[in-house]
Amino acid sequence: MKKVLLAVLLMPFFTLALASEEVHLDKAPIDASNHESLQRGARTFVNYCLNCHSANYMRYNRLLEIGLTEKQIKDNLLFAGEKVGDTMKVAMNKKDAAKWLGAAPPDLSVEVRARGADWVYTYMRGFYRDASRPTGWNNTVFDKVGMPHILYELQGEQELNHETHELKLAKPGRLSVEEYDMLVGDLTNFMAFMAEPAKQQRNHLGWIVLLFLSVLLVLTYKLKKAYWKDIH
Amino acid sequence: MTNKNKSALATVMEDTLSWVDARFPLTSNVKAHLTEYYAPRNFNFWYFFGSLALLVLVLQIVTGIFLTMHYKPDAELAFGSVEYIMRDVPWGWLIRYMHSTGASMFFVVVYLHMFRGLIYGSYRNPRELIWLFGVAIFLALMGEAFFGYLLPWGQMSYWGAQVIVNLFSAIPFIGPDVSEWLRGDYLVSDATLNRFFAFHVIALPFVLAGLVVAHLIALHEVGSNNPDGIDIKKIKDKATGIPLDGIPFHPYYTVKDLVGVSVFLIVFSAIIFFAPEMGGYFLEANNFIPADPLKTPAHIAPVWYFTPYYSILRAVPPILNSQFPGVAAMGLSVVAFAFLPWLDKSPVRSIRYRGGLYKKWLTAFVVSFLILGYLGTVPSNVWGQFGAWMGGADRATVVARFFTVVYFAFFVLMPWYTKKDKTKPVPERVTG
Repeated sequence: MKKVLLAVLLMPFFTLALASEEVHLDKAPIDASNHESLQRGARTFVNYCLNCHSANYMRYNRLLEIGLTEKQIKDNLLFAGEKVGDTMKVAMNKKDAAKWLGAAPPDLSVEVRARGADWVYTYMRGFYRDASRPTGWNNTVFDKVGMPHILYELQGEQELNHETHELKLAKPGRLSVEEYDMLVGDLTNFMAFMAEPAKQQRNHLGWIVLLFLSVLLVLTYKLKKAYWKDIH
Repeated sequence: MTNKNKSALATVMEDTLSWVDARFPLTSNVKAHLTEYYAPRNFNFWYFFGSLALLVLVLQIVTGIFLTMHYKPDAELAFGSVEYIMRDVPWGWLIRYMHSTGASMFFVVVYLHMFRGLIYGSYRNPRELIWLFGVAIFLALMGEAFFGYLLPWGQMSYWGAQVIVNLFSAIPFIGPDVSEWLRGDYLVSDATLNRFFAFHVIALPFVLAGLVVAHLIALHEVGSNNPDGIDIKKIKDKATGIPLDGIPFHPYYTVKDLVGVSVFLIVFSAIIFFAPEMGGYFLEANNFIPADPLKTPAHIAPVWYFTPYYSILRAVPPILNSQFPGVAAMGLSVVAFAFLPWLDKSPVRSIRYRGGLYKKWLTAFVVSFLILGYLGTVPSNVWGQFGAWMGGADRATVVARFFTVVYFAFFVLMPWYTKKDKTKPVPERVTG
């Protein structure tokens, strides 16, 4: 009976492993303790993404937690008279955006939690030239995507070999392949931070809580032993 | 402090207690339910989950109160208010994760608690009413979880509610009107969110609390069962009238349950602090996308604790173009537990003294429950299709159908196999 139960309990893991092979995603280099990477990612996010995509639940002053000072945030990341305590809004309203772009660009506050960091990392490196699309761009992870390749100046233009399903850099951009991967890696790292800013604190506190509870367990176990010594 | 002072304090305490006792049965209730409630001395691992369920209920109520202070039951604001709790409310993320993890852990402990009832025959005479109250608690808990799941107003919240409310439209004749009445609109909307909020924070917590009290009163009336399924009240100390195999609940089981609580809190905290999404099983990735009535997700799955029943729903084929048989089967699969006290014809209660037949059926049931539970989390084409010899049917659907039959057979055939099963002699006194 135990073997049967074990097999049944392990089943989800095998199928999950199978399912993830369908769309190949590259592993995003996430490191929440790398403040420099997070700061570079924040700059890329504010400079490129934040023109169309909002991050309505993310406050600028949360960037204090990744090592920026209030002055640095004001001087480098606030362009339209926002205050440091404001959230990352965009000027474009949703109705206009839907009219102009076909669909309103989604808010990105929790995008990494919805799609996963690997998805974002692969997506931002998966744009290729496709003349059949209205924007001239398509994506390996998100077929027929509405968004054009915003970072094409940096990455250059890729082409998809439809037989091998492999991307090839047809026209190089300002950055080398390694530099571009690092830029997207930093951006993804920042978006992962933004999706759950309390995560670092949560993990850190977790060890303290577990330590406390382990002591509690020892004490309650001894208490139980002391009370139960006459029973049996 | 001198001795004289101490005794003065003791006198004041005693006077206060007798003043209260003259007006409210405090001492007699403490005795009846704690210090002179005699529980069998051989409770094992499986007996931790009752007190743990009570602990989780209290945690859910307390964290729920604090969440309600910041949550906005409004279709425009709900999703944002949850993120506000996660980011801007001091310790909001902790309270929210405690509540979301608590919902899943509630079902974990309740399923283990129910399994205990199954293996030791805790539902048998004279404990039928305890069991029925328990089934009612389980139903109320499912309702509570379902209503609460809409509140974050993510894509899974929205489409999960849409699917479940639509099930009611499968009821012949009155169905469509019933589901519209439940939603308060033609589709899940702000009106639905508001009423689900009301049910989640007021109506069902009241029902749950009342049922838990009834469950405990009934338990303390007839006394607890035990892993041997023996009636400990049969053999009592002649002088005191206390069962020889009974020990006072307090302090023995209160200190023992504290150990269970400590272990539980370690598991609970490990999830909250290190894996609150639990790989998408406790918090689904899709629920971090705000509800969008115009965009149906490719794959809608309920949270893990509903998936065995959801599998049964999907497994039953429509008859005469009506989904009603599936809906009825799903309802029946939950309610079936209520009939156990009358389906079980075995002369013994505990699995320890039952024969191999019951053990085989119980294993088959548990395996069915787990496989159906797993299949409910994945699309029905997950294992591909059979060839033409099976009409190209989805493999997973065929498997789900097979285990749905096993699931119901466990109940339907119970009178037969429990009567036929060879049992072992039950000892006079509890063992181990």
